[in-house]
Amino acid sequence: MDWHRIRSDFPIFDQQVHGHPLVYLDSAASSQKPRAVIQALSHYYERDNANVHRALHELSVRATDAFEAARKKVAGFIGAATDDEIIFTRGTTEGINLVANTWGTQNLRPGDVILITGMEHHSNLVPWQLLAQRTGATLKHIPVLDDGTLDSAAIETLLNDQVKLFAFVHISNSLGTINPARELCAKARAVGAVTLLDGAQSAGHMPIDVRELGCDFFVFSGHKMCGPTGIGVLYGRMKLLETMPPWHGGGEMILSVSLEASTYKPPPHRFEAGTPDIAGVIGLGAAIDYLQAIGLENIQRHDHNLSNYAVQQMREVPGIRILGPDFGHRGALVAFHLDCAHPHDLVEFANSHGVAMRGGHHCTQPLMKRFKVPGTTRASFYFYNTLEEINRLVEVLHAARQFFT
Amino acid sequence: MPLSDELRDLYQQVILDHSRNPRNHGEIPPPCLHAHGDNPSCGDEIDVWLRLSDDGQNIEDLKFTGQGCAISQASASMMTQKIKGKSKEQAAAMREDFRRVVMGDGTPQDEEALGELILLEGVQKFPQRVKCAMLAWRAVEQALDSGQG
Repeated sequence: MDWHRIRSDFPIFDQQVHGHPLVYLDSAASSQKPRAVIQALSHYYERDNANVHRALHELSVRATDAFEAARKKVAGFIGAATDDEIIFTRGTTEGINLVANTWGTQNLRPGDVILITGMEHHSNLVPWQLLAQRTGATLKHIPVLDDGTLDSAAIETLLNDQVKLFAFVHISNSLGTINPARELCAKARAVGAVTLLDGAQSAGHMPIDVRELGCDFFVFSGHKMCGPTGIGVLYGRMKLLETMPPWHGGGEMILSVSLEASTYKPPPHRFEAGTPDIAGVIGLGAAIDYLQAIGLENIQRHDHNLSNYAVQQMREVPGIRILGPDFGHRGALVAFHLDCAHPHDLVEFANSHGVAMRGGHHCTQPLMKRFKVPGTTRASFYFYNTLEEINRLVEVLHAARQFFT
Repeated sequence: MPLSDELRDLYQQVILDHSRNPRNHGEIPPPCLHAHGDNPSCGDEIDVWLRLSDDGQNIEDLKFTGQGCAISQASASMMTQKIKGKSKEQAAAMREDFRRVVMGDGTPQDEEALGELILLEGVQKFPQRVKCAMLAWRAVEQALDSGQG
């Protein structure tokens, strides 16, 4: 693969930050966008802009075709059985809230257990807390071990027939841990629990096949995989989607409406009230085309090389503590703590050298408490990053150590 | 590796020294005024303890504990040195002057009273760090307010 040529697909890298070439190591927060995605957005607004599913005029037909073609692309991208299992949302967070507010409210009773893990992003924690409060269900979590993996002994006891829903993260945004999703979904199925897999950090980083994984719901965001912000996907198995009530009411999701009552469309439109983010959906479709042209296996391999190299090099920095599993088993990120500098000071220092990282609790406050750190600094990678950029990061860490010690 | 002027101004040696070796660090046993301040978005935390004079007008003693970035901890440490022994009114005036300095919002009324706190003016170039610099000051304000009723 010619990764340097691929990198040149991203106009944003053609700039200096604080007098240094931009080294963007914050893709776990939001990825950069290739020209193909940016052009898909402007093409839509310049040539095809109209509302979807409503009018019969030419532009609306084009917009609707492009919109539904993107749904088909998403279905193919994650291996869904039908296009109708793909619901467009604003992002991972909205997808989880949709499941909590429809399937969750309908199915959970006092005494039922919602099981999560100790490494969930707040978006896969708070909606379940709210659901537990509403329904009287109990929220439990699988503890995280010192090496950043899930406590498998605890899984055996906690994942029992009281569990109605098991929601867990595919790749941890704070540790890089890749959870054994297929195995966990199979265990959940064996006790009759429904599964929701948070794919925010895995979609676009590795091949995803929801039927192979065996999950009932899969959620992800477009903007972390080269797509626009404000668009995301909820996949649900049709057998479940069919039984779920609407969440938001409004136009587009109804069959017929009287002043007293309404009937609703089948999925996915039942869950897509109002004018959707049409440009966002089309941009997401373009992102999927782009990623598939490179190949998800190739991206996964490159991710792997980058994070392994980063761990290897960063280990040599004195006073560093790297969180998460040993190499070989981590996603494209390294979260760490440097004994001499608070994450925000380190991020500020790196920024002044053109290196963009994230510092703080990464929306996983319980995990920070678990590892007894106030926060961490996180370098996260995507296929456009290079080994030279990791060398630059390591240089900056050494310099920061001199400066702050 | 060359460092930018802005970065050198932000992290001057005096500031780094205060963050590494904070002055007036610790708690004051009750009775005293106490407040907890935090920046939820970044996780910085400060607890301040104040003892007022018998007439309730002067800050006789002041200590803090906390965790966070160098700016939040240095600002707290330097603040305790400057407002200890001052009246509540003087402390409020210094807080306003300090806010002007870190936000670059006009000139302070009494620059001399701020002393080395002026060194934190480098924060001006880093607007997202203003809340770090102000954290301890907001906590003191809160503690004093809690003593009003």
